[in-house]
Amino acid sequence: MSDLDPPLLRATGLTVRYGDRYGCQDVSLTLWPGEVLAVVGESGSGKTTLLRVLAGRITPQAGTLHYRDAANHEYDVFALPDAARRRLERTEWAFVHQNPRDGLRMAVSAGANTGERLMANGVRHWGSIRASTRQWMERVELETARIDESPATFSGGMQQRLQIARNLISGPRLALLDEPTSALDVSVQARLLDLLRGLTRSLGLATVIVTHDLAVARLLAQRMMVMKDGKVVETGLTDQVLDDPHHPYTQLLVASVPQG
Amino acid sequence: MSDPTIHDPAFNFAYLDEQTKRMIRRSILKAVAIPGYQVPFASREMPLPYGWGTGGLQLTCALIGLDDVLKVIDQGADDTTNAVNIRRFIARTTGVQTTTQTTEATLIQTRHRIPETPLKAGQILVFQVPQPEPMFRLEPRETERRRMHAMADYGLMQVRLYEDIARHGRVATTYDYPVMVEDRYLMSPSPIPKFDVPKLDQSPALMLFGAGREKRIHALPPFTRVEPLDFDDYPFERQRWDSACALCGSRESFLDEMIMDDAGARQFICSDTDWCGAQ
Repeated sequence: MSDLDPPLLRATGLTVRYGDRYGCQDVSLTLWPGEVLAVVGESGSGKTTLLRVLAGRITPQAGTLHYRDAANHEYDVFALPDAARRRLERTEWAFVHQNPRDGLRMAVSAGANTGERLMANGVRHWGSIRASTRQWMERVELETARIDESPATFSGGMQQRLQIARNLISGPRLALLDEPTSALDVSVQARLLDLLRGLTRSLGLATVIVTHDLAVARLLAQRMMVMKDGKVVETGLTDQVLDDPHHPYTQLLVASVPQG
Repeated sequence: MSDPTIHDPAFNFAYLDEQTKRMIRRSILKAVAIPGYQVPFASREMPLPYGWGTGGLQLTCALIGLDDVLKVIDQGADDTTNAVNIRRFIARTTGVQTTTQTTEATLIQTRHRIPETPLKAGQILVFQVPQPEPMFRLEPRETERRRMHAMADYGLMQVRLYEDIARHGRVATTYDYPVMVEDRYLMSPSPIPKFDVPKLDQSPALMLFGAGREKRIHALPPFTRVEPLDFDDYPFERQRWDSACALCGSRESFLDEMIMDDAGARQFICSDTDWCGAQ
């Protein structure tokens, strides 16, 4: 990361209304290549809405979103035709759902799940799809012997790792993670976080991770954003925000973490 | 060629009313203009059950003229119940000539086969289609499937073939094999055997596909490029048989396995009865 790099993602004034309530209100953020940004806040604070807007899945009532692709071309995401947006979705972006079942195809094998993006991007050599699939399963610490088994036979933590492999196989540059660890028990969480930290560092992946767990934010993110009632109440370097919270809500959030 | 049956005056020519025929012809024209694209049409109730060829029959009724010669086959055979009944129905409601010979026919309605005798320019082949959507079992949402067609986003179909190879070591799909039409639309060729798929490519005859229950028509105009989906290292392969036809000795045709007696003796014979008889 250097100041000379142009930002990967630029969002200004994103506003989503659900009827007369706000999903998120006037949210602006900039993300540079390789940077990890955590979005924290209590449930219902608009974190997931924001993430879905950033993924181009919800069109906001106001605001703009620009994404710069690998060829250094900047796109206005909401002005893109569907076909071009889908191409970005399956090449440059990764979206990891909180519940792995939402992000996996439960009817096909683990290998097919992992290789789907490659096939969608036009790879037509079965052997090479198979090889990269194995490689990615190893990378996320799944047994390659289970490549032809259904993800339904996998544990929750394994399904989550499979979902990560399935998203990262196409070499995306932006990962959007929606509470990827919240459905897992503590020891599995720790391993998954370790894995995510390794992957974001080694791949130079720009990441937005939504979480309500401040420990996750501290471990993974360089910067963080605190949301409450759809608004960003505080942003800054993770350590700064956690050690010296300014906004009363952030202070409450930090104080409510059991200290051990 | 059989003697023409007299047109039963109780029915309009070719059963359907003229406005319905015009509606179907308009859909056919659109389907021909966009090869492989599924055109919706207002499918009518026909006097036979869904699954017996209501879609194909409507196309045939909309197209047939007094100087047409009709052939109807079911699994390659001219003399099975479905073929006999549809042939008799059309003969009675139109009075046109019918035939069992592929070379004489101008209009052929078929269920699940393409005749072995190569088709000529000017002939029309009408397929009965149970399910026109190749991704029906892969993506349950119609809206999403339409979007996938609109964007030629067919990775999912390739996933199915991938699964076949992972499970069976080869693509195990033997009928209704998915094809790409002119590098644009993914198409279901109706449940014809894999063996017949190469006959779709660059065919001089017009091929029309009608799905009555699903209310869709799709088409391959003459000389359209049709390629089966496959992988570079697992290319598409036609079926082969070790034996020749027990009746005519043909080695080039699609063979059906028949059980001959209670002891389970088997024979392979041509599925195309007209071809078998001509050998």
